[in-house]
Amino acid sequence: MATVNIRATVNGAERVIECEPDAPLLDVLRQDLGLSGPRFGCGVGLCGACFVLIGGRARSSCDFPAWAAGGQDITTVEGLLYEGTMHPVQQAVVDEQAAQCGYCTSGMIMSAVALLRANPAPTAAEVRSALDGNLCRCGSHQRIVRAVLRAAAQGTDVQDTGVRQEEAR
Amino acid sequence: MSGSPPPSPSLAANPRLSEWLDFSVDAVVTIRPGKVEYGQGVWTALAQIAAEELDVGLDQVLVAGVSTSSSPDEGVTSGSRSIEDCGGALRQVCAQVRAAFLAETAEKLGVDAAGLGVERGAVRTPGGQAGLTYWSLDEAALLDRAAQLTAAAKSPAQWSVAGRSAPRIDLPDKATGRPRFLHDLVLPGMLFGRVIRPPAPAATLDGVGEADLPAGVVVQVRDGSFLGVIAESDRDAVTAAERLARAARWTVRESLPDEDDLKGFLLSQPTEDQPVVQRPDTEAAARVERTCAAEYTRPFIAHGSMAPSCAIARWDGDQVSVWTHSQGVFPLRGALAHGLGLDPAQVTVRHVEGAGVYGHNASDDAAADAVLLAREVPGRPVRVMWSRPDELSWGPLGPAMLARLSAGLGTGGRIQTWRQDVWSNGFVGRPGIGGEPRLLALSHIAGGTPISAAPDGVPSGAMGATRNAVPAYDIPDLEVTRHRLLTMPLRTSSLRSLGAFLNVFAIESFMDELALAAGADPVGFRLAHLSDPRARRVIEEAAAMSGWAARPREGDRAGGTGFGLAFARYKGTSGYCAAVAEVAADTSISLRRLWLAVDVGRVINPDGVMNQVEGGAIQSASWALRERVRFDRTRITSVTWESYPILRFTEVPEVAVRIVAAPGEPETGAGELAQGPVAGAIGNAVADAVGVRVRDLPLTTEQVTRAIEQS
Repeated sequence: MATVNIRATVNGAERVIECEPDAPLLDVLRQDLGLSGPRFGCGVGLCGACFVLIGGRARSSCDFPAWAAGGQDITTVEGLLYEGTMHPVQQAVVDEQAAQCGYCTSGMIMSAVALLRANPAPTAAEVRSALDGNLCRCGSHQRIVRAVLRAAAQGTDVQDTGVRQEEAR
Repeated sequence: MSGSPPPSPSLAANPRLSEWLDFSVDAVVTIRPGKVEYGQGVWTALAQIAAEELDVGLDQVLVAGVSTSSSPDEGVTSGSRSIEDCGGALRQVCAQVRAAFLAETAEKLGVDAAGLGVERGAVRTPGGQAGLTYWSLDEAALLDRAAQLTAAAKSPAQWSVAGRSAPRIDLPDKATGRPRFLHDLVLPGMLFGRVIRPPAPAATLDGVGEADLPAGVVVQVRDGSFLGVIAESDRDAVTAAERLARAARWTVRESLPDEDDLKGFLLSQPTEDQPVVQRPDTEAAARVERTCAAEYTRPFIAHGSMAPSCAIARWDGDQVSVWTHSQGVFPLRGALAHGLGLDPAQVTVRHVEGAGVYGHNASDDAAADAVLLAREVPGRPVRVMWSRPDELSWGPLGPAMLARLSAGLGTGGRIQTWRQDVWSNGFVGRPGIGGEPRLLALSHIAGGTPISAAPDGVPSGAMGATRNAVPAYDIPDLEVTRHRLLTMPLRTSSLRSLGAFLNVFAIESFMDELALAAGADPVGFRLAHLSDPRARRVIEEAAAMSGWAARPREGDRAGGTGFGLAFARYKGTSGYCAAVAEVAADTSISLRRLWLAVDVGRVINPDGVMNQVEGGAIQSASWALRERVRFDRTRITSVTWESYPILRFTEVPEVAVRIVAAPGEPETGAGELAQGPVAGAIGNAVADAVGVRVRDLPLTTEQVTRAIEQS
């Protein structure tokens, strides 16, 4: 199949990627851009391991065609780091020891970041609802909910990288 | 106290100190466990043990990846034995190294070793530092010697690193997406392989028609019914595999049982019948005034790891290197060598972390796939990743089981007799078991070895389908029998807790049924049959945590709420766990809360134990409430997360875990002990809520409705 050039912003940087138009965005991120944070879990958008932010919304990248990513602002879990410092949600995951195998962790962090941008002070039930598209097989659910609530409890001065990048531009 | 502990079996098999650690990097102790990390946090706990006994900082301990070329052979990382076996070995080794270091230092300084200490790996004398460290001595002289058991390890009272909740060493990488998993590993010149699996367990490849394959395809591989493809990119390999799947012609036979009559299937197959316990007591039998009987079942259960299995292999001449997330690199090496007619010395197997592992999943099979494909492209590493549908249908499953129980009650509601018969396929089907490779691809190649019905180990009550088939209660007349199926239409092997999940569900459901028959409270009834004080303590603790005595009872509670308790001592010899569940039964069953009390002896990392118990509890709840492998007469049909649902964030209960302190007792594993008690507690809570006993797992609305209709 003929390749096309896809122009998108990935973790704050303008990128031009040559790929097949129907290649899954996940493949582009992992194989072409060398980002290991988004993970392959099921390939059909049912597990959440590959979640990234596309235009600020958390969604699966395994079933998102590369052509549709053109012109989009895409953030992966790597893009949440700010000058080497973890995003408050990432830090809260470590502080709460909110993982076992950690394979699903980056996707969950993306869902949590999207939630906190829209709703900075969620209830536990709202956190659970926001993470319902993310599966965890090890059973770390309640620690992850605690981590998201912990990040939220840091209040309105919780800065996430996406916001800081926008300010910097 | 830890005066003279029995030697760890791992140390007996790998007795040189230098096999376990080295000081080759300045100011760093590299420890080499033979047990692998797969999200259970064991490497953090092992590092704590080493830091504690050597008196170095936890930040000074580096854990080396497990490899057949450089690690002690500790077999398979399974059975919740890593802290006992590997931790036990490291404790003894490190205690001896510290003692030898101090003895040698004392000789050098001409002082008494008793006056010396170690701090961050440096000797501390009464006058301060002496400039001598683990790294300044002759490493060979220190480590090139056999382990002895003369140096006493510290007692828990002396611990400052072990026994505390150290943060997991792997979590910062995982929270920031840094490459850490095998799936992230990219080797120079790496190619990508995919395998096109048969459309059913009983299928033969007749031929492959013309397929328009992508330009990046390097080679197509066919050997018997094993069909694969190698390409320059994974994307091309996936596309090629899809097209080859459409072009392949198979003869498919019906070979699977009726998924709606698993009991009929289990009872109709040829079996090997073996006693687990036979302890007749004719006097007790004569005291029986009334008898009760019931049957409990579980379906086939899938591992459902979040990552599909993955492996990399590279052939260099007649040597092959394998990167895998297998639980056992040494057994895998042996099985690959045996299956391919190689000397084990020609095979090197390295472990790289994958997603969570809950037993013998498809990781070993992916390794065999990679080895077979890479043979076609010598010198080039080939990475093979499975698809989600293959992961849910071709990986080994936890077997369907039936437990048939009967008991006789005497005066005062005392249990006098107990019979338990367990039907199941075997749980012991790992690579190499029974002298067979037991690797999927090697069963598909021309002239390959079919995978025979899985063995099940010694029928001891600790292994295989008999794990926890022997009740922990004081029962005079006891008979337990295993019926291992000799046919295996669906491939089965080890899944977390083995038979304990169903056996404990059955025993604990039956205990509540007996308590009801005896007119006794479930907690009081259990305590009346338990003399082991540690067992009693966890039950009392879980009851207290959940407010058992003051729980809402029938008549004064909101409609549909139910509480249930269950208990087991894992394997009959390991950790103790009691669980209480609260469910709400409305139009569906929802699990609101779980309370668990565990006694796992002395604890290396309390938060690590809590994390394992919480996780085990939630996974067990998912099995008990949702999970069932679906199939028609030819193939498995539950191949996505829609057709094989697991508990989601909005469905998982709140879980409270309390560790009952037992610092004077040897440590036990914590990773599997919640599986049985949680299932039992949920079953008892459902019965409490709906007033009808549901004996067939999973406890879906459909099963509950059926049980109500049949009552």
